Amino acid sequence: MSRGVRRVTAPLLVVDGVTKRLSEGVTLVSDISLSIEAGEFVAITGPSGSGKSSLLYLLGLLDRPSVGRVILEGRDTADLPPQDLAALRLARVGFVFQFHFLLPEFSALDNVLIPIRRRAVLKPPAARERAMALLDALSLADAAAKLPEQLSGGMRQRVAIARALANDPALLLADEPTGNLDTKNAAAVFDIFARLAQQEGRAVVVVTHDADLAHRATRRIHLVDGRIVSDERA
Amino acid sequence: MDLILDLARGMLSRRRRQTLVSVLGVALGVAFFVAIASLMRGFQTYFIQQVIDVQPHIVIKDETRTPTPQAAVIAVPDGAVSVNGVKPVDRVRGIRSAGDKLAILEAIPGAAAAPILTGPALLRYGARDVTITVTGIDPVRYRRVANLAKDIIQGSLEELRSAANGLIIGDTLAQRLGVQLGDTVIAVSPRGVTLQMKIVGIFHTGLVALDQSTGYALLKVNQVLQDRPNVVNQILLRLADVTQAEPLARQIEARFGDRTESWEEQNRNILTVFVIQNAIMYSVTGAILLVAAFGIYNIISTVVFEKTRDIAILKSLGFTEGDIQRLFLVQGVIAGLLGAVLGCLLGQLMIEALAQVRFHTETPAGNDRFLLARDWRIFAVASFFAVASAAFAAVIPARRAARLDPVQIVRGAA
Repeated sequence: MSRGVRRVTAPLLVVDGVTKRLSEGVTLVSDISLSIEAGEFVAITGPSGSGKSSLLYLLGLLDRPSVGRVILEGRDTADLPPQDLAALRLARVGFVFQFHFLLPEFSALDNVLIPIRRRAVLKPPAARERAMALLDALSLADAAAKLPEQLSGGMRQRVAIARALANDPALLLADEPTGNLDTKNAAAVFDIFARLAQQEGRAVVVVTHDADLAHRATRRIHLVDGRIVSDERA
Repeated sequence: MDLILDLARGMLSRRRRQTLVSVLGVALGVAFFVAIASLMRGFQTYFIQQVIDVQPHIVIKDETRTPTPQAAVIAVPDGAVSVNGVKPVDRVRGIRSAGDKLAILEAIPGAAAAPILTGPALLRYGARDVTITVTGIDPVRYRRVANLAKDIIQGSLEELRSAANGLIIGDTLAQRLGVQLGDTVIAVSPRGVTLQMKIVGIFHTGLVALDQSTGYALLKVNQVLQDRPNVVNQILLRLADVTQAEPLARQIEARFGDRTESWEEQNRNILTVFVIQNAIMYSVTGAILLVAAFGIYNIISTVVFEKTRDIAILKSLGFTEGDIQRLFLVQGVIAGLLGAVLGCLLGQLMIEALAQVRFHTETPAGNDRFLLARDWRIFAVASFFAVASAAFAAVIPARRAARLDPVQIVRGAA
C-alpha cells in the first residue's frame, strides 16, 4: 500500500507491534510491524543474534509473541489454543530449516507424505500422487524411494522443501535453508523459492545471511538488535 | 492413526536391540506369570475338584452352631447371672426327626441326601486291634452322595446288604489287621456292644487317614453297634450345582437349626491358603512386570531423547501435543504387545516343559506330574497387565516429548 496499489483482499500475513522476550529478560524481537502479501519473496537479513530466526518462528506460528498480534489470512492468532495453531501450521504454513530434519527411517516420498497424511484430507492414492508430483517438480522423482542418508545434501534440502509444500501452504518460511549447501545448490534452492513465489503465488520468507542470495528476493528486510532497520522492495 | 503407528514403528526400529531387551523383559514377566498361574490354578482346580468329588457338598450335623443357653440365662436374659458346673441333660445325641428332614431335603431339585451314623469302634482280629471310625450308611442313598463304590477294590457295596453285619474297610487297615476279604473281625463299641463283622469289601481312596481307620457298615448295623437305635448323626448332601452349596447350607441351617457346613466351609483353611498363594503369585509377577515397565520407560525415554529433532519438525509441520504424546504411548504399547505375544509363547513353552516333569513318588491321587491349567484366561490376564504396564511406563516420557518446545530445539540445532 506504500506504493499506492489498491488491494481488494487483506494481506496474507500481518504482524502488528510484535515483541518477543525470553523470561530471562532478553528481548529477541522488539516492536515489529509488517505485512506480507501473497506472491512476495521476502529475504530477512541481519547479523547473528539480530532476531531473524525468532521473527520467522513468530511468523510461522511456531512461537507466540510476548506482545502484539500475528494475523494470518485475516485471523488473529493471539488467542488461539495450541491445537488450532498446529492445525494452521499444518494447512497454511510450510517450514524449511537449515538442517533438513527429514525423518531418517522414512523414504523421501514417505517424508513428504507425513504432513499430507496428518492432514488427512486426501485419500491415500491422491496423497501419493501429490507427494510424487511435488518431488517431480523439484527433480527428485528418482529419489522418492530412497532414505535421506542415501541422498546428497542438496537433494535432502529439496525433499525438505517438498515436505514443506505438502499441504499447499500459502506461506513458506525458510530458516537459513542454504546454510549447509554449496553455492550451486544454494542458488538452485533460491531459484525454487523465486518460482514458488512468482508462479505459484505463495508468500516465501527466507532468513539468510548471504547478501548475494538475498538480492534475488523481491523484498529485503534488514534486522539489527530485533528491530527492522530497512525494508526495501526490488 | 496409522500414520502415528508408522512413525512409532520407524522410531522403534532404530533402536532395535534396546527395544528387543525391553520386550524380552516384558515377555519374561508374562511367561513366568503364565507358567506359575497355570501351575497354581492347575493344582487348585484339581484340589477343589477332588474335594467336590470325594466329599459331600453339604454336611448337616447333630449339633448347633452356638451351645444351648443355660436355663438361668433364658430366664433372666439381661441379668448378671452365671451358673457354673451345670451338667447337661444326658439326652440322646443325633439329628432329631431325621426322617422328616431327609424327605424335605430330597425334595430339593438337584440334591441327593444320605443319612449316616458315625461312631468309634475297636476292631479286633486275632491279637491285633485297631480303633476305627465306623460309618453307618444306607448303600442306595449313600451311593448318590459319595464315590465309595468307585474306590472299592475288592468286594462291593451291595454285599453290605446280603451279608449279616458286613463291613467295608480301607486297604491299609486291612493290612494292619492282617484280614482279607471274607474274614470275620470282632467290633467293640464304647457302649460295650460286641459284634462279629464280616469283611465284604476293601477300598482304596489314596487318603491315608481314610484308608487306615475307616469302615463302612449298614446304618442299622452301626446303630446297633453304637447302641443308638434309629439315630442319625449326619445327613450328607450332594448337589448338581456345587456353587449353590454355601447359600443352600445357610438356608438349611436357618430352617432346621442344625449346624450345616458346605464344602467351602469345611475346607476354608485350604481355600484361604489358596487366596494367599494367589496373592503371592500376583505380587511376584507384578514385581517382574514392574521391572519390565522400567525397561519400557527406559527405551521410550531414550527414543524421546534421541528424537527431539524429529519431534520438533513434526510439531513445526503441524502435529499437536496430543499427536506427539500418542506417538510415544503407541511405542510403549507396541513394546508391551510384542512382549505379551512373545511372553505367551514362552509361557506356553514353559508349561509344556513343566508337563514333561515326572516325580518318582506316588502321591495320594496317583499323580506323578504337575497339574497344569491350560486356560486362555491366564494368557489374557497376563497380556492385559503387560500392555497396561507398558503403556503406563510410556506415559511419562511421552508427556515430556509432547511438551518439548520446537523453537528451542530448532534453535539449538542451528
